[in-house]
Order: sequence, then C-alpha cells, then structure tokens
Amino acid sequence: MSKAQAKFDANADIDFVIIGAGAAGGIIAKELSAAGFRIVVLEQGPYLKEQDFDHDELKYMRQRAITNDYNRQPNTFRATVKEKAKLQPAIIYGRQVGGGTVHFTANYWRFHEIDFNEYSRWGSIAGSGFADWPITYAELEPYYTKTEWELGVSGLAGASPFDPPRSKPYPVPPLPIKSSGALAELGAKKLGWHAFPAPLAIISQPYRGRSACLHCGFCEYFGCEAKAKSSTLATVIREAEATGKCEIRTNSCVRKIEIDKAGLVTGVTYFDEKRQEHFQRAKAVIVCANGAETPRLLLMSKSPQFPHGLANSSGKVGKYLMFNGHAQASALYEHPLNEFKSVAVSRVIHDFYDSDPKRGFYGGGGIDMRFVSYPMQFALRGFQADAPRWGPEFKKMLRERFTRTVNASGHTTSLPVEANSISLDPNVKDAYGLPAVRVTYKDHPEDMKTMQFFQARCKELLEATAAKKVWARELRNQTFGYHLLGTCRMGNDPHNSVVDKYHRAHDVPNLFICDGSSFVTSGRGQPTCTIQALAFRASDHIVRMAKSGEIKSAI
Amino acid sequence: MEDRDLSRRRFIFKSCAGLGSAWIASHLPEIAAAQQHAHRAAQTQESAKFESFTKEQSIEVEAIAEQIIPTDDTPGAREARVVFFIDRAFATFASDERPAYMKGLSELQKKTQKRFGKARKFSDLTSAQQTQLLKSIEKTEFFELARTMTILGMFSNPEYGGNHNQAGWKLLGFEDQFHYKSPFGYYDAEYLANKGSQS
Repeated sequence: MSKAQAKFDANADIDFVIIGAGAAGGIIAKELSAAGFRIVVLEQGPYLKEQDFDHDELKYMRQRAITNDYNRQPNTFRATVKEKAKLQPAIIYGRQVGGGTVHFTANYWRFHEIDFNEYSRWGSIAGSGFADWPITYAELEPYYTKTEWELGVSGLAGASPFDPPRSKPYPVPPLPIKSSGALAELGAKKLGWHAFPAPLAIISQPYRGRSACLHCGFCEYFGCEAKAKSSTLATVIREAEATGKCEIRTNSCVRKIEIDKAGLVTGVTYFDEKRQEHFQRAKAVIVCANGAETPRLLLMSKSPQFPHGLANSSGKVGKYLMFNGHAQASALYEHPLNEFKSVAVSRVIHDFYDSDPKRGFYGGGGIDMRFVSYPMQFALRGFQADAPRWGPEFKKMLRERFTRTVNASGHTTSLPVEANSISLDPNVKDAYGLPAVRVTYKDHPEDMKTMQFFQARCKELLEATAAKKVWARELRNQTFGYHLLGTCRMGNDPHNSVVDKYHRAHDVPNLFICDGSSFVTSGRGQPTCTIQALAFRASDHIVRMAKSGEIKSAI
Repeated sequence: MEDRDLSRRRFIFKSCAGLGSAWIASHLPEIAAAQQHAHRAAQTQESAKFESFTKEQSIEVEAIAEQIIPTDDTPGAREARVVFFIDRAFATFASDERPAYMKGLSELQKKTQKRFGKARKFSDLTSAQQTQLLKSIEKTEFFELARTMTILGMFSNPEYGGNHNQAGWKLLGFEDQFHYKSPFGYYDAEYLANKGSQS
C-alpha cells in the first residue's frame, strides 16, 4: 500500500503548485515529488477511481460524469471574430484526476521528425502562423521512450515503415487484431499501403503491477475499471502520492494566478468545493489545465503589469488553437464485426502521414478503422442523414447494422491560425461567475482540402475490403474540438510565443506552462503521447533549474 | 436519484475495491454471474407507480414509443418497458425536459381529437393512423424529444428502468460483458485462421 498522500496547510512552504491533474500535470507531479519537491496539485474535478467507473452509457454520455459539464462550465462558439459567439458546446476535456487520459481512446502515436520542422521543409502558408518547434524529434525521443515505459504502451516497433527512429521497443506487445484491423490490413494490402499494429496506451500484458486489458470495449469516453488503460490516474498520480510529497487537492477551481510587484508569481487563488475562496502560495506555478482552461486562466489573471493577461506580452495567449482535422467514411459488411468488443483501434495506416506537394496543398495524417459507437449513441445518430429515424425500417437497421458497421477515420493536420482561439466571453459567465470560454474556430482552407483528401482515401480503403455499402457524410468546418492545442505556443521568440523551449513563460521566470497548449503544430491527430513526452522533458528541466537556483521565487 | 439508481454493478465493483484488478481478472466468471444476477434483480423490481405520468398519460407515452421502436417478431419499446424509463427520467435527471414533453403530449392529444373525433385518444388509433399522425409532427421538437427518450430507454442500462431483459441490446446484437477473448468478430477470426494455415 502507498503512503497516505501529503496534506499541506495554506502557509506551508510549497515548491510548486500544479494546476490540473491530467495528461501533463500528473506526470510533472510525479517527477517533481520524486525529486523531493513539495507539490500541491489543484484539480477542478473530483477524484474518481477504478471502483467508481462502470459501463453506464447514459451516465457518461448524457450526464457528463468525467468531462466538462456545460451547465457548470458553458462555452460559446463562433467561426470568425466578426460574429457574436453563441452558447454552444464546442470543447470537451477530462474533468477529474487523470484528466483526458481517463476517458481517451488511448491511441498513442509519437510525432514524426517532420512534425517539428515542417515549416522549414514546406515554407510559409498564407493565413497561418505555421512555424517550426524550438525542439527537434531527436531531443524529445528519450522522453517518448520514457513515457511509453513509465506509463505502459502496447505496440510493435518497426512494424510501420514510416516510423521515426526509436531507442527502445514498446514495453508490451500489441493488442489482438479486431475485425476492423483485419479489414484494414486487407484493404491496405490491395492498395499497396501499410497497416501496422496500433500503438495504444492500454496494456496487453500485466505491466508494473497492473493487469492486462480484458477487452470489455468501453475505452473511449469511459474510465477503465481494470486499470489497463495507462491513464495518469492509474499510473504516475498514485506514484506521486506515494512519495508523501504531493497533495492532490480536488474540486479546486483556480480563478487567478497572483503576482507581486516584481512580476513574480506568488501563488494562486482558487475556489474549493463549497465555493470558498483560498490562496495557496508557492515558489513557482506550473499550469497544465489543458489547451482551453490554461489560456483562459492566464487571460483571467490580469494585473497592472499584465493588463492583457498573465504572460501575454506577446498577445499570443489563447491564439493558434488547433483541433486536428477529422475525416470519415463508413461501411456495412455482410458478417458481424462486433466492434463493440475490445479496444477501439487495432491497425493504423501512415502512408499519407507526410504532406506531399504533388497533392497541391499542405497537410497529412493517419488512417485507422474503428467503430466507437455504444448502443445509445448508435441508435441516436449512427446512420446517414436520410436513413429512417423511427418505425419498422429504423428497427431493421438497428438490428442489421450495429455489429456490421465500421468507420475508416482520417486524423489530420490543423494549421495554426491566429484567429482560431480561446478567449474570454464578454457576456456569458460560468457557475463561479467567471467569464466563460469563447471558442473561435474555422478550418484553414488547406485543412479542409486535407480532410477531403483523407475522406476519399477512407472510402477507397473501405471499397477495397468487399464492403456491402460505403458512405460518407459531407465535410463541414469543424465546430467542436476534442484536441485543444497550440494556445500558449512554445518558441524562441518572446514576441511570437508564450513559453520557451523549457516551458517557462517568457514573461514570468517562475511560471511554467505544459499541456496541449504548448504545441506549435498539431501533429496528425493523436496528441497525448507528445503532451506526455513534453511533460517528462519539462520535468527534467524544471528539476534542473530548481536545483541550480535558476527559478527566482517571490517567497 | 444517485442512491436509488446506483448501479448494482457499480456496487459489486465497489465491494471488490482494494482486492485489485488482478483479483477481478481471475474471478471474472463469478463477477459476471453476479452481474447477471444484479441485472435480473433490477429487472424484477416493478416500478410500483408512475412518478411523472398519470396512468392515462403513461398509455399515450407508451403508444408513441411503440411507434418509434415497434414490436415485430422481436420485442419493441413496449416490451422493453421504455415508459418506465421515461417516467423515471422526467422525475430525475431529465426533469428539465418534462414540461416540453407534457406540452407536446397534450398538443398531440388535441391533434388526435381534431382529426379523429372528440372522444379519441392517440392510443386508441390504429397503428396506421398513429404512424400518419406522428409523420405530421416528425419535424417538431416534441417528436425529437420523444424519439430521444425512447432510444435512451431502449438502450441504456436496465437499472434505469427500461431495456427490460436487455431487449434493446439483444436487438442490436450488443452484449455487456467485462471480458471477451479474441477472435471478436467474423473477419478477425478469418484473418487468424488464414495466418494459422499459412504457418
């Protein structure tokens, strides 16, 4: 059994407050507490554990048990800055200890080398703030390996001819193939493409005290009862608590990061469960609240020194939001696939990962086949728009299609567009009376072309697999983001980025920001692996700086 | 609502807490059996009385649901006891939607009388007449709500009062287990068989 977690009082000398116990925050909490620092993690959501999870679709889909709750946290949406934003759910993120890693599908792709320097390779693109990362794949590679081995990732090294170099194989072998994977392999072979076993943050064999996946099929949107999904909840957060140096303070919603006259962070003001306000002081603050809540918090943390929001002298806080593009086609088969069993994805295709000038536009991505549709979701909106919606024909389709349908999905690049952003809504307030998140988003024309290209490839793949019927919905500009990336981008130039290559805010020496907001480009649709590799890397640098006295503090 | 609707399965998993997932994995058959039992237990608890609807209203609600997912050679919304789900939902987590639904229900009643005579109720009409009437309101918010509630009642966990005997899940071919073994479907079985014959 682990030691009881630390419990600090408000006047205790805390080295770091971490805001958000998610994909990045969980890792940084573990790394810094293991290095001996005293940590308080403030998490706005509850602390649910494996025994609290179940297969209750109604609870997870309708009542938002483990994601942001639109009643409590409304957001508004507009496509362009000229429009008035309307109240409309536009983002989803994990809202509990473990964050999005609790309910994610657990696709766990590394970025490729090209993702870090594509601007230099491709050139500038009108209407975008396309840029290189200040770090390379080679610099991040040891941390990709570390995240795969610390958390537990299934996969087969060398199976994809397009994989970037790696210093170590995956710690556990791939999960078993599904019907969707077998069909993906069949189609890919016919087309001369390469389907390879999906890398997943779900363990196929017992690993570091956790047991293997039971193939229950409830991965996306659900928490894993078996601890087989390698969420930060199931892994590093328990290890952080076991150090005795880390307190996870839940139901704690931070409303402001406070600074002193010298412009140094002194701590944070937050609401507890009963909406009582508290101040937690700390030598330094690390924001890991996700690509929407991180910029929102900085924008709310205004002061005379930072009238446009903390760490925002560049004006880039909240800008360059990237959702990743999604393209899809569906197919019906003669025999049951039973995709409701086991993990979502078992084969992935990276033949179109790189952008190719021959296509005539910028963009790339990956393709997989899956059918994440639980019974209620499927019956509510599993069919084409013109399909029967009730009555005997509807029932017939329900009976025939649930086990026999599969989608091919393209996961694609989004360009960083400055107007695409998270900002504070001037009118709508959340349950705490704080300004709601306002999302402004319109896919760049190149991103739309990329999605169209990928939708055509998805159809081609399905048609190569002897499907009875193949169809696709019309692509539209996206109005909803599952991936919240780029809103406090990393860079060497303080005028054009929010954090430096070590995740330290350019403007504030004892403020760090590490989550999806640090991304400079979007990658190809599976950001979590990179968020977590960045978190391990940031931790190393933060420990180094703290130990060498490089982090000035106000207390 | 939380107390009453606390999933029995959740309770079972709570009681395993501390034993660890390895224990759970090694005891799957027993746990699966206990879940089956929990399902059956939940299903035999008849709803004593309606909380959101009068008995008369419940007959109308059921008639609408039955049109959305009709009974043929397999159970429909009626046999799945969707009306009990809707009744509980409006008394609990979907209480916000109740007024709109009740208003729509009474408008449907007025429409029925206007078209088929003063003494008639929607539930009295022939199936063809009911279909015709619902077609005329297919684009309304009320119909959308009625459809959504019927689907939720048909396919949500039986603990919520509908999906009786897992009628909805059986219709789809969905099973709710905690453990499956490869092969999962036809094409992966075929794939593995081919691999086997090659080696």
